[in-house]
Amino acid sequence: MVEFMLPKNSRPKKGKTWPAPTGAANTRTFRIYRYDPDLSDNPRIDTFHVDMDTCGPMVLDALVKIKNEIDSTLTFRRSCREGVCGSCAFNIDGTNTIACTKPIADIRGDIKIYPLPHMPVIKDLVPDLSVPYAQYASIEPWLKSDTPAPTSERLQSPDERAELDGMWECILCFSCQTSCPSYWWNGDRYLGPAILLQAYRWIADSRDEAAGERLDNVDDPFRLYRCHTIMNCTNTCPKGLNPGQAIGEIKSLLINRR
Amino acid sequence: MADISRNKRQLRSNLSRVRGLGSTREGVHHWWAQRMSAVALIPLSMWFVYSLITLTGADYQSFHAWVSEFGNSVFLVLLIITLFHHAQLGVTVVIEDYVHSEAIKMAMVLVVKYGTMLFAASSVFAVLKISLVG
Repeated sequence: MVEFMLPKNSRPKKGKTWPAPTGAANTRTFRIYRYDPDLSDNPRIDTFHVDMDTCGPMVLDALVKIKNEIDSTLTFRRSCREGVCGSCAFNIDGTNTIACTKPIADIRGDIKIYPLPHMPVIKDLVPDLSVPYAQYASIEPWLKSDTPAPTSERLQSPDERAELDGMWECILCFSCQTSCPSYWWNGDRYLGPAILLQAYRWIADSRDEAAGERLDNVDDPFRLYRCHTIMNCTNTCPKGLNPGQAIGEIKSLLINRR
Repeated sequence: MADISRNKRQLRSNLSRVRGLGSTREGVHHWWAQRMSAVALIPLSMWFVYSLITLTGADYQSFHAWVSEFGNSVFLVLLIITLFHHAQLGVTVVIEDYVHSEAIKMAMVLVVKYGTMLFAASSVFAVLKISLVG
């Protein structure tokens, strides 16, 4: 749905400013989106000052430090802290990315951290991603084959394997998904860049035998063709992948089979 | 009647809502027609702009004569049909993007489709009239 203004009860208010740590010479200011579902209050932007001399280099290090030392109620997802799990995706400094691989030093001025855009917020920086997860399930992201399973591995040539480069690396952090205006406006029906990249990952897999069926399932004005090559997805991907190109490949395959 | 394609708070599972009524299996046609009409419009609009420039300052008689020339009439008719077809395809996508009430969306798409047909038919008729009747 097109919404140029947030609903009244979703507009963030100025929040609490936590005192700076005493005796710290080198602090950075973090402005972090807070929302507590247990209060009937608007979200707020809290201000934290973090001593950089005792903080790791990444944005995630600062979030963990704030949770450990300043406000233990700060809620966010994180797991691997090395860019392979996709849990700690936030809108950082105006761009969706994963906090664990985003150096604080790359950001000028205050570090603003918001949840991924246009998703329902469960608490603080935790968005409800159950719709994108269902969309991922809807493309049936597993190998489909009618040929009887071989007694050993399903073979794939190095060239066929190379077709999957740029797609297997996706960690489903949904930075691209939630950066896409088409997904903001039509996220209930448009599959979005992350899911379409995954759909193409299975279409392009030489071992898969269901490419036609997979193409049938995305050949839809909303599921695929809401993509207007805005390319926010490719610009924002923290893994340097190109969902925009994957969507383009699906579109050309749909032309090729006509 | 239940509208299962919209994101309402329901006990229906997310997967059921996402799958909805299934794929229409006809998205590619609209997209391809938009691209093909865009490609056709490149030479047609270049020809049209070039012709308008060469006709700068021409009087009614010479413009009339230009339109009734066989080649110019043909290209004008092609330009008109392609242009309005392309416009209608593009504006429909914009409406689908931004208008989410099914009733308003259908009304707007109809206005756009019938409106462009009306403009295209009158323009083609005008060219034919000049060309054939004089």
